[in-house]
Amino acid sequence: MSKKYDVIIIGAGISGCAVAWKLARYNLDILLLEKEADVATGTTKANTAIMHAGYNADPDKLKGRLNVKGNEEIREVSKKLNIPYKEIGSLVVGLEGDDLSVIDELYQKGLKNKVKNMEIVDRDWLFEHEPNISRDAVKALWAPTAGVITPWEAALAMAQNAVANGVEVKLQTAVEDVLTEEGKVVGVKTNQGDFAADYVVNSAGLYADEIAKMVGIEKINITPRKGEYYIYDHAKDFAVNHVVFPIPTPISKGIVVTPTVENNLLIGPTSENVESKTDLATTKEGLKEVYEGAKKLYPDLDLRDTIRVFAGLRAADDTEDFVIEAAENVKGFVNVAGIQSPGLASSTAIAGYTADILRDEGLTLSEKKNYIETREEPVRFYEMTNKERAKMVDQNKEYGQIICRCETVSYKEILDAINSPVGARTVNAVKRRTRAGAGRCQAGFCGPRVVDILAQELGIDPTEVKQEEGNSQILEYKIKQLLGSRVMGNA
Amino acid sequence: MLNLKKDLVVIGGGPAGLAAAKKAYDEGIEDVMILERDFELGGILPQCIHNGFGLHYFKEELTGPEYAQRFINDVKERNIEIKLDTMVLDVTKDRKVYAMNKKEGFLEIEAGAVVLAMGCRERTSGAIGIPGTRPAGVITAGTAQRYTNIEGFVPGDEVVILGSGDIGLIMARRMKLEGADVKAVCELLPYTGGLTRNVVQCLEDYDIPLMLNHTVTAIKGEGRLEAVEISEVDENLKPIPATAKTIKADTLLLSVGLIPENELSKKADVVLDDRTGGPIVNEGRETNIEGIFACGNVLHVHDLVDWVTEESQIAGAHAAKYIKNSFAKTNKCVDVKAGENVSYVIPQKIELEAGDRKKIPLYMRVSTPLTAVDINLYADGEKLYSFSEPFAKPGEMISVPLAQKTLDDLDNLNEIKVEIIEKEGE
Amino acid sequence: MIETKTLTCVACPKGCEVTVEYEGDEIIDIKGNACPQGQDYAKEEIVAPTRILPTTIRVKNGALPLCPVKTTKQIPLENMFEAMQIIGKKEIEAPVKMGEVLIENIMNTGADIVATRDMPEEI
Repeated sequence: MSKKYDVIIIGAGISGCAVAWKLARYNLDILLLEKEADVATGTTKANTAIMHAGYNADPDKLKGRLNVKGNEEIREVSKKLNIPYKEIGSLVVGLEGDDLSVIDELYQKGLKNKVKNMEIVDRDWLFEHEPNISRDAVKALWAPTAGVITPWEAALAMAQNAVANGVEVKLQTAVEDVLTEEGKVVGVKTNQGDFAADYVVNSAGLYADEIAKMVGIEKINITPRKGEYYIYDHAKDFAVNHVVFPIPTPISKGIVVTPTVENNLLIGPTSENVESKTDLATTKEGLKEVYEGAKKLYPDLDLRDTIRVFAGLRAADDTEDFVIEAAENVKGFVNVAGIQSPGLASSTAIAGYTADILRDEGLTLSEKKNYIETREEPVRFYEMTNKERAKMVDQNKEYGQIICRCETVSYKEILDAINSPVGARTVNAVKRRTRAGAGRCQAGFCGPRVVDILAQELGIDPTEVKQEEGNSQILEYKIKQLLGSRVMGNA
Repeated sequence: MLNLKKDLVVIGGGPAGLAAAKKAYDEGIEDVMILERDFELGGILPQCIHNGFGLHYFKEELTGPEYAQRFINDVKERNIEIKLDTMVLDVTKDRKVYAMNKKEGFLEIEAGAVVLAMGCRERTSGAIGIPGTRPAGVITAGTAQRYTNIEGFVPGDEVVILGSGDIGLIMARRMKLEGADVKAVCELLPYTGGLTRNVVQCLEDYDIPLMLNHTVTAIKGEGRLEAVEISEVDENLKPIPATAKTIKADTLLLSVGLIPENELSKKADVVLDDRTGGPIVNEGRETNIEGIFACGNVLHVHDLVDWVTEESQIAGAHAAKYIKNSFAKTNKCVDVKAGENVSYVIPQKIELEAGDRKKIPLYMRVSTPLTAVDINLYADGEKLYSFSEPFAKPGEMISVPLAQKTLDDLDNLNEIKVEIIEKEGE
Repeated sequence: MIETKTLTCVACPKGCEVTVEYEGDEIIDIKGNACPQGQDYAKEEIVAPTRILPTTIRVKNGALPLCPVKTTKQIPLENMFEAMQIIGKKEIEAPVKMGEVLIENIMNTGADIVATRDMPEEI
């Protein structure tokens, strides 16, 4: 068994990273475990990337209570941790023929949840502020406090800040059992050995029910709920200025049309319960639903300049609420489960709420003297002016070589992504940190270069470099390796 | 920041940029600089190791690297300034070029004229939205070509290729020869998008099935690609669900089209043609922005590098003229229009003074393939003359010259239109 | 037995559809070719098809790990895979100049394997 940690956090998605970040300010030994090769590879990497204002969630649910708090906190946190965040506001747009009373209901719910500055706007306002919106638009709920954020960057920033404050992160470490003695948590068993701890936080996302079962908790049941999306090139010449929702249905907020922080247009998601927690396949029907849904709000939107389709899985608990609570049967075990929308928007509040539960369970939270509040801003060439770029290159010539031309990512940025705390080990991890490969050519140009840099920096062969998890090697053989065994077979 | 001044800046050191730079030099402009983002010159040619290049221009058959090497040698002999590993970030309409490299840092270059020769990029799986997962092993044919021929890796060994563009056909043979099992080339359309010689020499020679009217309808696999589902399509190109079948594969290569790379052009306010994806140019290959020229695949996607060379020489020669102030425009512009069954014509307008009008070839592609065709040229609605060809295929460019008589008469015209239709009486 | 076969001539990029009538190795008639090259091409395609083989060869100390090569003339199509084996086993040393012979008279075909570009040494 390892040294004893105060807290082990299972799962480094947005919730696990937020809890680690929150707890890192206290005098605690913390270990954050993640079964994949990077943080934020589950639900956190594939969602609508919205900081919801907080008018959707039921005020009686945890969702309703935590959303607005998280939304308010992110303004400060995004500055301190240098997470790209844009408070562009959201609109719920009612079209001719829709049940427009829903807009008033949402407004009332928003008031109860203490959402600030909401307004109901008319069609003239809409046509002025959303010039491409359907001519059938009648009115909308405008919530200026809603925003867009990069979810994986948020998780990474929190993890990196946590590491700077002494938290240990172990990737590719899958929890196989939670160890208890006399009704009390003592640690976890993983594929990398056993780790001892007094407290275990279960923020395992889609797998939170399976982790909970390890200590005999049966009431959590996570259903993977798929959402499919299209994403466009930021060069797409089509203005969308807010996060734009249709009138919601009882189970879904509907197909959203929104810019991302990096100005890529994003449309989706569908909402479909699926059997498998690894079913990340887009479907013909799903993509059709997304496009048709988006067209209702924006009839002139076409599919030109889409650069990728993708699907994510929400981790929906049967209660359709967040399940954040200490286990009744086992001391020291806290669930942070069922974190679906608005989980991203609530993440800092979820972390605060979890810290409170841990304190109530007996964990001492005494603040560190030398706590580091900020995360150093990564250099982001793509958002710099030429003057700023020139200055950077003057300081360090390694910025002078551009590796990804679509997104203007320099060699030095890729080196930093690999060599900084919680460094990138895969091609997708480099992409999430730097945007290399996230552009219109989808790594056609930079792919071979990124593979090469990863191999060099990690001291491995290019054939060992992976795209993401499992057997996702990019290159299978060295040239001429198949000769002999295979070539004559082809003759 | 390094501030430089150059008569001519050529963006891109591929076949287009090399030919344009060489031509401008030979026309008396010696102060030429080529900016190339890769570590060597040649553009995509060094990875196109197959033969079939140069039949028109050199009248002999060369491989891609050989074709490139000849121009590289020419450019080096002329002491044309070359900056490698240099990425251009910005071009302004007053011809300031901003670029970067590791050695010198940030460069601001004031250019007398600019030739845009950035080439093109490949369409990706995201652009065509194939349903399914997003495993490793789904890459564009050109990226696979770079891995195989430059970097020294075979991306995988059970290969399906979507799209019968030339790179896809070439890679089918290439991977087969290196030992991979190339299972099929699927083409959505009822005809191939590549050159006939490539269908023969790359597929038929090696018994690789070409499945016309077929497309990939699902991608399967979580880590690495495990299989693809392919389906036949109906006459509206919609997949027929009953025909779906799964093929085990660890690699899916995409050869589904090329897109001129005009992000820089847009920064300089260059106006693009929706049909070509490249700039709208006059017969000197000048864009709407004075002193900014375009040639090669950035202008329109070519079938053969020989035509790229020819076109780039036109651009280089006119850029030289522009720098020497001997580049005069008429007050009037003749529009060149694509008529029936023609997807586009280059140049889109003729506007230079009569003295420059010695030979104006029109380059075009057909929309749908036909056998036994008439290429008809019209001036302001009146038929000028016709050329006959045994066939016309969208995969192959067609070039027709404007007759001297028409050139002499251009000042009295407003529009020239080309159509390519089935031969009368056949 | 007299057979007919329609070939796409690849002697030039034009790609004429050439119809050949033949019995065994004996050509009876060739139709559809626009030039005499088509005649020769069709004859050869029926009797013994040959091709240029372009591929790569491994390079020691080169600026790149591979150097592109080709056969100096067409070799029988049936020899391709064996030629690939022979070239695949070989490793050359940089620098190399375009046109330099790297393997002589491969498989007694009379064709040499030559470099198709300059390959400088690793810097």
